[in-house]
Amino acid sequence: MKLTLRVWRQRDADAEGAMSTYEVDGISSDMSFLEMLDVLNEQLILAGEDPVAFDHDCREGICGACSLVINGDAHGPERTTTCQLHMRSFKDGDTIDIEPWRAAAFPVIRDLVVDRSAFDRIIQAGGYITAPTGSAPEAHATPVPKPDADFAFEHAECIGCGACVAACPNGAAMLFTSAKVNHLGVLPQGAPERETRVLDMVAQMDEEGFGGCTLAGECATACPKGIPLVSITSMNKEWLRATRKVAKR
Amino acid sequence: MARTVWDSSVGKKTVMAVSGLIMLLYLVVHMIGNLKIFFGAGEFNHYAHWLRTIGEPFMHYEWTLWLIRVVLVVAVVAHAVSAYQLSRRDIRARPSKYVHKKPRATYATRTMRWGGIILGLFIVWHILDLTTGTVHSGGFQPGHPYQNVVDTFSTWYGDVIYIVAMLALGLHVRHGFWSAAQTLGAGSRSRDRALKAVANVLALLLTAGFIAVPVGVMTGVVS
Repeated sequence: MKLTLRVWRQRDADAEGAMSTYEVDGISSDMSFLEMLDVLNEQLILAGEDPVAFDHDCREGICGACSLVINGDAHGPERTTTCQLHMRSFKDGDTIDIEPWRAAAFPVIRDLVVDRSAFDRIIQAGGYITAPTGSAPEAHATPVPKPDADFAFEHAECIGCGACVAACPNGAAMLFTSAKVNHLGVLPQGAPERETRVLDMVAQMDEEGFGGCTLAGECATACPKGIPLVSITSMNKEWLRATRKVAKR
Repeated sequence: MARTVWDSSVGKKTVMAVSGLIMLLYLVVHMIGNLKIFFGAGEFNHYAHWLRTIGEPFMHYEWTLWLIRVVLVVAVVAHAVSAYQLSRRDIRARPSKYVHKKPRATYATRTMRWGGIILGLFIVWHILDLTTGTVHSGGFQPGHPYQNVVDTFSTWYGDVIYIVAMLALGLHVRHGFWSAAQTLGAGSRSRDRALKAVANVLALLLTAGFIAVPVGVMTGVVS
């Protein structure tokens, strides 16, 4: 395959960025999208140019490091991560636009790499449980009803890649935050911090400069792990419940 | 608690949801009241007069009406201020646009802000036209709402402003009702289709019910 790539290039956080056009040839349809970018970078290095900086790690779709908005879609046209997107989703001769995640809370560091540490701070605000450390507890000591376990697991699938923020017209982190809140809030292990967790995580989310939810639904469409839009509804319910409970204390 | 709600983006959305639902309830009542125009000047004017005497003798003349007006003004202001503040936050949160644009959200979702502004301006015109009579065409007659309504809808601009605003209302309610349910935590996977259906039915009935009046005047059914 021969492709025309229009890639966002930006030297550093303070520099002005712009789209640059590159041609790549000899792309196999079995290559992943990131392997295709590796080919581009080899080509750039051989020509004495700076390679395109992009985030990646496991390349197995489980770590949440890769990002990229491809032709206007976070993680590209398939419902998966960019590393698991294959070139068979494109046609010979296609022009592909590649841009970084866009949100005030995710500033561009260089080219396609953005700073997602705002997510870490949301987790620090309440995305944990208080558990005694030491020897592993007996697995059956705390029974969890099957529907709750399924609900928790569905939300635990979030890999924190930030596609929800990138896709949201308001740069909101509601889907990410709701995945974490719902995952821990429904389990007995997460019960002691159930109220403070949702209040603190939502407050941190606002503090980081993410936008609010207008229920456009683009986050859930972009999510490679299929976290549903209704997770946000569940978090709103948790937040209202926690607000009432804490006011009574 | 009030502080927590007002300072949070989730809390402000709650304010929008509650104030929106109050206004929506009022609109349903208002729309049903308007339809009495099809039963003649006597019934319509009598209904309009009754609005001022609700609750008598416990409530004095017009007290209930003023109470409703105060609740509505509070709802409109709370809704608009929250919308303004949340929109500013949203726009700040997404300062740079994508080069490759791809709008996916529904038309109703994308027009919530402009639709809201259109509705806000419409409410001002509507009150100045048919409540105070300040901008009314052809001599406003207090106590004769039937004639005033016919006057307004006998002008082309009266019809255009009203019909455009009611179409904007339908779109606003379509996304707004469903959104309010999500914000208040009332939505769920099993209830989603029902909530969307109720939103669509409400939007359609309100738009059709309100537009029936100018159409009635234009076609001569009401004169």
